[in-house]
Amino acid sequence: MANLNDHMGRPIVAVTGIGVVTSLGVGKADNWAALTSGKSGIHPITRFPIDQLNTRISGMVDFLPSSSKGASPLTYELAELAGLEAVTEAGLDSSDFGGPLFLASPPVELDWAERFSLYNSDKDKDDTAAERLLRVARSLKELDIFETTQFGSIADRLADRLGTRGLPITLSTACASGATAIQLGVEAIRRGECDRALSIGADGSATAEALIRFSLLSALSTHNDIPEKASKPFSRDRDGFVLAEGSGALVLESLETALARGATILGVLGGCGEKADDFHRTRSKPDASPAIAAVRAALADAGLSEDEIDYVNAHGTSTPENDKMEHLALSTVFGERIGSMPVSSNKSMIGHTLSAAGAVEAAFSLMTMRESVIPPTINYDNPDPAIVLDVVPNKKRNAEVRTVLSNSFGFGGQNTCLVMAREPV
Amino acid sequence: MSSPRDVVITGIGLVSSLGEGPDAHWQKLAQPGLQPVLEAARFAPYTVHPLPEIDWNLQIAKRGDQRQMETWQRLGTYAAGLALDDAGIKGNDELCATMDMVVAAGGGERDEAVDAAILAASESRNDRDVLLNEKLTTELRPTLFLAQLSNLLAGNISIVHKVTGSSRTFMGEEGAGVAAVETAAARIRSGQSTHILVGGAFQTEHSDMLLGYELAGYLHRGPWKPVWQRQGAEGGGVVTGSGGAFLVLEQREHATDRGRKIYAELGPVVSGRARRPRGELDAEIAALLKQAALPNGKLLALSGASGAHAATSAEKAALDANPAIAARGFSTLTGHMKEAQFPFAVALAALAVDRKAAYPVFDTAAETPFEGVPAAVLATAIGYHQFEGMALVNAA
Repeated sequence: MANLNDHMGRPIVAVTGIGVVTSLGVGKADNWAALTSGKSGIHPITRFPIDQLNTRISGMVDFLPSSSKGASPLTYELAELAGLEAVTEAGLDSSDFGGPLFLASPPVELDWAERFSLYNSDKDKDDTAAERLLRVARSLKELDIFETTQFGSIADRLADRLGTRGLPITLSTACASGATAIQLGVEAIRRGECDRALSIGADGSATAEALIRFSLLSALSTHNDIPEKASKPFSRDRDGFVLAEGSGALVLESLETALARGATILGVLGGCGEKADDFHRTRSKPDASPAIAAVRAALADAGLSEDEIDYVNAHGTSTPENDKMEHLALSTVFGERIGSMPVSSNKSMIGHTLSAAGAVEAAFSLMTMRESVIPPTINYDNPDPAIVLDVVPNKKRNAEVRTVLSNSFGFGGQNTCLVMAREPV
Repeated sequence: MSSPRDVVITGIGLVSSLGEGPDAHWQKLAQPGLQPVLEAARFAPYTVHPLPEIDWNLQIAKRGDQRQMETWQRLGTYAAGLALDDAGIKGNDELCATMDMVVAAGGGERDEAVDAAILAASESRNDRDVLLNEKLTTELRPTLFLAQLSNLLAGNISIVHKVTGSSRTFMGEEGAGVAAVETAAARIRSGQSTHILVGGAFQTEHSDMLLGYELAGYLHRGPWKPVWQRQGAEGGGVVTGSGGAFLVLEQREHATDRGRKIYAELGPVVSGRARRPRGELDAEIAALLKQAALPNGKLLALSGASGAHAATSAEKAALDANPAIAARGFSTLTGHMKEAQFPFAVALAALAVDRKAAYPVFDTAAETPFEGVPAAVLATAIGYHQFEGMALVNAA
């Protein structure tokens, strides 16, 4: 009989379903095959014109029916696909999930295509742009455009589609959002509010304006010539992240309930840790103390010591600042051992999926343990001498991995870390 | 029976067209026949309840920090500071560093001038995507993005007030405010947290914030009316207001150990998602009223009703069906504050419990007086479009 409670007497939270979509494809099988063969999903931008843009590459998901329909429809489709894969794998009814939904998704805005179309549908009056939009808006007969501007609507639709229970929570902790969605699910199960929860991170918001905004903050790589080489975490010549889209979903379940219904246990969500940074809106505290605190909090929550982590799924964005800070945080927590511990970045292949990243990378972390294969950090041709890490360079590695630390750090001082294990302890 | 793990309210930060702070709000709202502060010209045909004059320096000391934000984030950061001050936490490094935070947020303000210029140019160009690239790459202020990001209200609260235990932002209109309060309370009750800053802000004085309602025709037009009296009037019934509401929620033992004044105890917080197109709203409101464990006898209710026709009439019918309930539709006096609506309702409920007095009617035609001391007060937020929530606030 397995122990059903953790070191603090709380219900152990198992993962019984995983779903993922990235620029590498739809579903775990395609993604895993590509990821472990070191394939990049980064490609030239075709969704919109690239005139005037310094960055002309991305990891957009361009192969779905909603890919050209705007941020809200695409984010919904990404979330739905990953959610369906996860719920189906868990062996649950995909129209009657029966637990709460936690959705990490990007903030929504009225898309420019709609803005243009509303504005130009009524050119007669002599009024301001704002007045005209409002006047046209109030005569609309359909709710489609309205719903793309409501922050709760994607989760509302998902709740209908998947049959989740209660008020769905839509959240944003910037680039840590996916990890926060998982943390909220874990906490709800630990509190005994539910036996299972669905945590999804989805981001289909790679619009021209989003790209330009990140570009204006000098956050993006401009290595446009060979797109698949642009994302190069921990390399000396890294110059920014690559904007990308994707989704990840986990069915979280109390181990007790999962075992009772004979579900396959895909892994365990052992610990979550977070710490906010008060240093700057986009930059981390130079001593990395908030990231260090988040890692340590996740370890403590999981009841594991530093020595018990086998592998780190890094945030590893390929920005000069993040990778340096993350290395400082990891070397502070893990000491000398960090030099010989595998630390790889999925973002080298899929780019930065923003609100989805924490969930996508948790999905890949769980698969890493199950398959005993560590996906590489590709494009590691020119190591940063100041960052001494075993980044699993360029080629996958076969290895027994019992535990993973997955890091997520974001604008606004967001730091969230997850500790996952292959087996219940 | 009180328990050490009760959730209690030890800090309230409020801003609305009526003023700032719990005392100012109590004094205004306790006046029978108080008239709302209205701005009917700037956004005609829409009326809004505008922000009062605010000296941002009082809560956001550094001009540099103020410049990094637009009004929405300043407003939220300001209201959060008021709540932290009120709870005796502001400036206490240890308490701030261990304090958790859940912020209910929408998005920040876009640059209206840039947008208007792009739209104007679009009248004579068919290559609109190229136009966008041209204008956005050259005219957007780089830091404006950060003033628009939903989670950067929380980020600014961390920077300005040093609240760094944890930082989570919930999105989704009124439902975000409900879920933020509900999750914060659950974390305290289960021992996952000892003190949490929770709340939100809404800055309506920007055309995009009105557009967010008006794309479905939700805004009231024409002469202003109290929130319960807009059925059948021109428009969709919602009159918005700028404002913010933050609460410091604390484990009872944590609050008493540090000798803090307790406004009220936060009882059950319940939430739901009626599938409104299927006609489930009436049943959902009834179910929530049941789950809220209402006490026997007369009950004061602070209703966050928005004025939106369908949701407001469903809520009114449910409240009217229980003759023990005396409802106060505070949107009559503050306007609808979207993500901040539910935290605002809970704050006003806590104030009434603390002052041992009910608010007078806000609308003589639609509300009934409440005599005596309210030992418990209900707070509601039935979303104008989706999501519902309630909380029962009890005497400390």
